[in-house]
Amino acid sequence: MSDAVRAALAALVPRLCPGAAGLSSARRLSGGASQESWLIDVAGPGGERRFVLRRAPAVVWDGSMGVGLSTEARLMALAGAAGVPSPRVVHVLSPDDGLGDGFVMDFVAGETIGQKILRDPALAAIRPALGPQCGRILAAIHGLDVADVPGLRLQGAADQVTELAAIVDRLTTPRPVFRLALRWLSDHLPPPPDNPCLVHGDFRNGNLIVGPDGIRAVLDWELAHLGDPMEDLGWIAVNSWRFGEIDCPIGGFGDRDSFHAAYEAAGGQRVDAATVRFFEVLGTLRWGVICAGNGDVLDLAATNAVERCVIGRRASETELDLLNLIAKAA
Amino acid sequence: MQDSPTPAMIVAAVTAFLRDRVLPEVSGRTAFDLRVSINALELVGRQLVLAPAAEREEAARLTEWLGTEGDLAGMNADLAAAIADGRIDGADPVLIDHLRRTTLEKLAVDQPKYAAYRRAIEERD
Repeated sequence: MSDAVRAALAALVPRLCPGAAGLSSARRLSGGASQESWLIDVAGPGGERRFVLRRAPAVVWDGSMGVGLSTEARLMALAGAAGVPSPRVVHVLSPDDGLGDGFVMDFVAGETIGQKILRDPALAAIRPALGPQCGRILAAIHGLDVADVPGLRLQGAADQVTELAAIVDRLTTPRPVFRLALRWLSDHLPPPPDNPCLVHGDFRNGNLIVGPDGIRAVLDWELAHLGDPMEDLGWIAVNSWRFGEIDCPIGGFGDRDSFHAAYEAAGGQRVDAATVRFFEVLGTLRWGVICAGNGDVLDLAATNAVERCVIGRRASETELDLLNLIAKAA
Repeated sequence: MQDSPTPAMIVAAVTAFLRDRVLPEVSGRTAFDLRVSINALELVGRQLVLAPAAEREEAARLTEWLGTEGDLAGMNADLAAAIADGRIDGADPVLIDHLRRTTLEKLAVDQPKYAAYRRAIEERD
């Protein structure tokens, strides 16, 4: 960590935890290309306090990258107030903080890695309850009043298909299966939703913190937008998020019926199975395009070059999933 | 003609060395990256063994079906374009059968442990 970042973090401590003696430690958790996560320990008056900082060092948000971290913080606070498990947002960074764009939230203990959520014996008892809990959480998210939240774009199904087609056009490897999926999507476009609502955009196993008591937090709101609520219901069913548990379509831990029933019972909109299926195909293609893109533009000097090669070779997984989905829908 | 050992044998020997002798000696981020690297080399090993026959069959299917000759990338680009502009019916069983075979041939190289691949092979055999 650079001295400048350490000094800025130390200066932030009194705002996170009044009366704190100082910064105990700070370490980088993960490295996205545009966003960083830091684990921060503070020596507070009542003992050690732990926080997570999410930040983008250089503020270069354009609409295509997501909503921006300050909007993410707003959404998490709104969701938390509506009963969605959500880390408390402690501080939204201002230019004076010298850390770029971002926010600090309470650390929430638990498991985030998809495979471990499906296999950890400590979570065995709660696993059957996760699907219905996801349904209730999504109903609450889709019911949030976001009229005052800036930066949320309306993204309809047709727009998303057009956008993906443009990306497939630029891939270097010809992809007949992706073309078939794009045709299928164009032929099965759902009507615009009666009630566009807040869509989380990346609600799946892998973006949840889970403990023995269930889901403790919903993470990664950067792809939030306005749209069809069925989009979130289709995305969490994408085979790639089942981590091998392919007979449990909801995140590898749940079945469709109890998930949809819990969603509707908690005030979610009526589940339209055909529209959910459309968004499952769209989501599978989206992940496939991301995989293919990783393999396409390779910087061999990058520290993650090998990982990107291997992710690129996962596009074929989504091609099989797409063929299965399209065959089943025929 | 190149001498032996074949590329597949050399890759297998290097992979075994990294997995059995180097991996136990490292930890943390390096161990993670090494595991990813070993997976990548194993993928290359499978491709060296499996791809020549699979690609010959894929080309034969495309030639018979599209009536074109040429390299595999060109024929696949033609197929992708024909699907995109509707010259080929997306529901044509011959098309679906071809795409399914080709995808399974790729997965045999890319991710033979992928659960949906294993199930597809079980159901086919």
